[in-house]
Amino acid sequence: MPEYRTHEYDVLVIGAGGAGLRAAIEASAAGVKVGCVCKSLLGKAHTVMAEGGVAAVIANVDDRDNWKVHFTDTMRGGQYLNNPAMAEIHAKEAPARVLELEAWGALFDRTKDGRILQRNFGGHKYPRLAHVGDRTGLEMIRTLQDHGIHQGIDFHMECTITRLLVHEGRVVGAFGYFRERGQFVVFRAKAIVLATGGIGKAFEITSNSWEYTADGHALAYQAGADLIDMEFVQFHPTGMVWPPSVRGILVTEGVRGEGGVLRNKDGKRFMFEDIPENYRNQTAKDEEEGWRYVQGDKNANRPPELLTRDHVARCINREVKEGRGSPHGGVFLDIAWIKSRVQNGEEHIRRKLPGMYHQFKELAGVDITQEPMEVGPTCHYIMGGIRVDAETQMSTVPGLFAAGECAAGLHGANRLGGNSLSDLLVFGKRAGEYAAKYAQELAIASVGADDQIEQAAAGALAPFGRPDDGDNPFRVQRDLQKMMQAHVGIVRTETEMLAALPALDELEVRASSVPVEGNRDYNPGWHTALDLGNLLTISRAVALSAIYRKESRGAHFREDFPEKDPEAARYNTVVRRGADGSMVLETTPVVPTTEVQKAVIEEMG
Amino acid sequence: MGKATFQIWRGDATNGRFEEYTTDVGDGMVVLDAVHLIQAEQAPDLAVRWNCKAGKCGSCSAEVNGKPRLMCMTRLDDLDLTRPVRIEPMKAFPLVRDLVTDVSWNYAAKKKIKPFKPRKPDAADGTWRMLQEDIDRPQEFRKCIECFLCQNVCHVLREHEKFDEFIGPRLFVYSAALEMHPLDVENRLSDLKKQDGIGYCNITKCCTVVCPEHITITDNAIIPLKERVVDAFYDPIARLFRFARSE
Repeated sequence: MPEYRTHEYDVLVIGAGGAGLRAAIEASAAGVKVGCVCKSLLGKAHTVMAEGGVAAVIANVDDRDNWKVHFTDTMRGGQYLNNPAMAEIHAKEAPARVLELEAWGALFDRTKDGRILQRNFGGHKYPRLAHVGDRTGLEMIRTLQDHGIHQGIDFHMECTITRLLVHEGRVVGAFGYFRERGQFVVFRAKAIVLATGGIGKAFEITSNSWEYTADGHALAYQAGADLIDMEFVQFHPTGMVWPPSVRGILVTEGVRGEGGVLRNKDGKRFMFEDIPENYRNQTAKDEEEGWRYVQGDKNANRPPELLTRDHVARCINREVKEGRGSPHGGVFLDIAWIKSRVQNGEEHIRRKLPGMYHQFKELAGVDITQEPMEVGPTCHYIMGGIRVDAETQMSTVPGLFAAGECAAGLHGANRLGGNSLSDLLVFGKRAGEYAAKYAQELAIASVGADDQIEQAAAGALAPFGRPDDGDNPFRVQRDLQKMMQAHVGIVRTETEMLAALPALDELEVRASSVPVEGNRDYNPGWHTALDLGNLLTISRAVALSAIYRKESRGAHFREDFPEKDPEAARYNTVVRRGADGSMVLETTPVVPTTEVQKAVIEEMG
Repeated sequence: MGKATFQIWRGDATNGRFEEYTTDVGDGMVVLDAVHLIQAEQAPDLAVRWNCKAGKCGSCSAEVNGKPRLMCMTRLDDLDLTRPVRIEPMKAFPLVRDLVTDVSWNYAAKKKIKPFKPRKPDAADGTWRMLQEDIDRPQEFRKCIECFLCQNVCHVLREHEKFDEFIGPRLFVYSAALEMHPLDVENRLSDLKKQDGIGYCNITKCCTVVCPEHITITDNAIIPLKERVVDAFYDPIARLFRFARSE
């Protein structure tokens, strides 16, 4: 047997971003023993980078807002592939989850009368995003972290899980290693919550950090769970494009929420030229009306810059492709222009968007209070993920729960900005609650799967014994990213995507023979070699699902099938591991909308 | 594109040296880009922490040409590339390997600080009212990304290693955010004086200088906390009053 230490928990939470922390806090509150594993240091998870805000119907700024509007916005944004039960729970519970953060010490920006201020965001009918300047994610993760460390949770920092242990059809634990010295660890647990975030490191231009290697998606897949909607990868319309080293870093949608506009090289606000049918009666008819909207005029409709992310990203892509882009292959995002409309404009911009001001000033040498930014689409989020029960967040494998980005269902074909931070809170809490309940009701101990521990240990050590063939893990990862960006990126065609499959085969061969240098002490080469397996598995799931869906919907845009197909509105794609170990793709009917929900959607228009 | 040379600390606590690497450098690159390039092409086992690469997570703290910096926010064109750029780990914390240090002490020390304790909700809707001007100051402190550069340069920790008696600038900022939070009713002054060792700070302001978030650590956080501690424990009239009461 390999050497490893063992920890025993009722509930093990894998991931310590917003969803993981919220799940761990809730599980611990239920009185069970909770462990929480984070791949980085505590407080550094991807939530920390979220900027714009958290969507919740507190209706402090516009009292016409209510859960029905939020529910309808979410469903429309997701092109009705969402699980409506999740969209309803989310809209109804998000306000309580946000207010709870305030009770734990969060300090959101305030309205004049001292309540939580809310801002406009793409696809949200009313100003709905509670925020702190443009560092909302930092406020949230720090609040959860500082509250969480006093709740009796064991945190295991810089620990990576490489395998879930499954015995007699349910999860019984997880195997992993600590980055510091490479020691192995086995967590025995009655229930496991996956909260590992996304897959952004499968793409070349991405806003995601090194951690985002599809771990939870792949762990669940290997354990036999269903993944759904994997074709839906969100490209955020505004990432930095220049200089090259910062390409992909996020520029918050909050810039547009505060009045920022998109222009092409001719100075034209091109977003006015292409407004989707289902948003026409909600969109401003001219620039003046758009400005009035961001200033809070309740009779005005939103400017087209605040259409959903999938649409804005495609319009930017089109401008660039047709030769109307900015010098470095993006378009211009201009917030400086509002100086002509607001008093103390420079101060106002710096106060509302301090992070963006510093980011551009320090990394690009651009003063956003004086000149426009250059922006272009960047891989940001995956709507698809682990199929879960709407109420409990349990996956199709008993005892395995998922929340946050690695789970699927809430966002359908496209996620609205701000709905991720609320997703984390609402479903993180539910996952923790029901995982604790599951663990409490389970009479059997979590044992068995010793053979899997041995396999996992052998697999983790395998890269060290390989002969030097001149390749290295970083090169394999980079080639995968370039390939996925080119073949399964923002605009897709059948031919391109079919070419991705043999390319993935080839990369898999390279990944399985790639050698690593050095030893087990904090060795990023080794860690990357182990992450490759997850990235490759999930890249294939994305490619297969995208090939299957022969239409354009939400974030999935196919040049060869540019229209929506009403038939394709009836299913979600499902990927799972077949009995022979190969990847199986099938479809499942979308979760039906109840009569009440239908009436709500009708009523809200 | 040009080339530049980097001297990077390689090794662990017992054995290490600077290794020299030459790599391509281009427009707008930051130090972390160069480290990644070296890692990808020449030294795959080069240990370095990073996450967001945008100055938001505070993971990639190191010392660049002797200055404590976030590597992701240090542009190469601000450095003299005619000479080798020297990159080494933070010195105040135990070395794990290469550029990675063991910063777990900061997490343990934070846990000892009394957590947020709000007063009862007093608005009709079961929440609170807080004015923006009342939270501007704690919001400044809550910008902290926990990069621990301030801890790294604080001589009380770096030179005098008072890790058992002193919590350092980061955690004074954390304490100040709690103490100045309009809803908080906890009292941390006795802890600040005794277990947290605020008296050790002699206001050299090194922490403020290195803060990548430009938090005015000394003036806005530490000095007001010192004043509160002095008011509570060293005010002669209050002392006399306390003495009289204890008789």
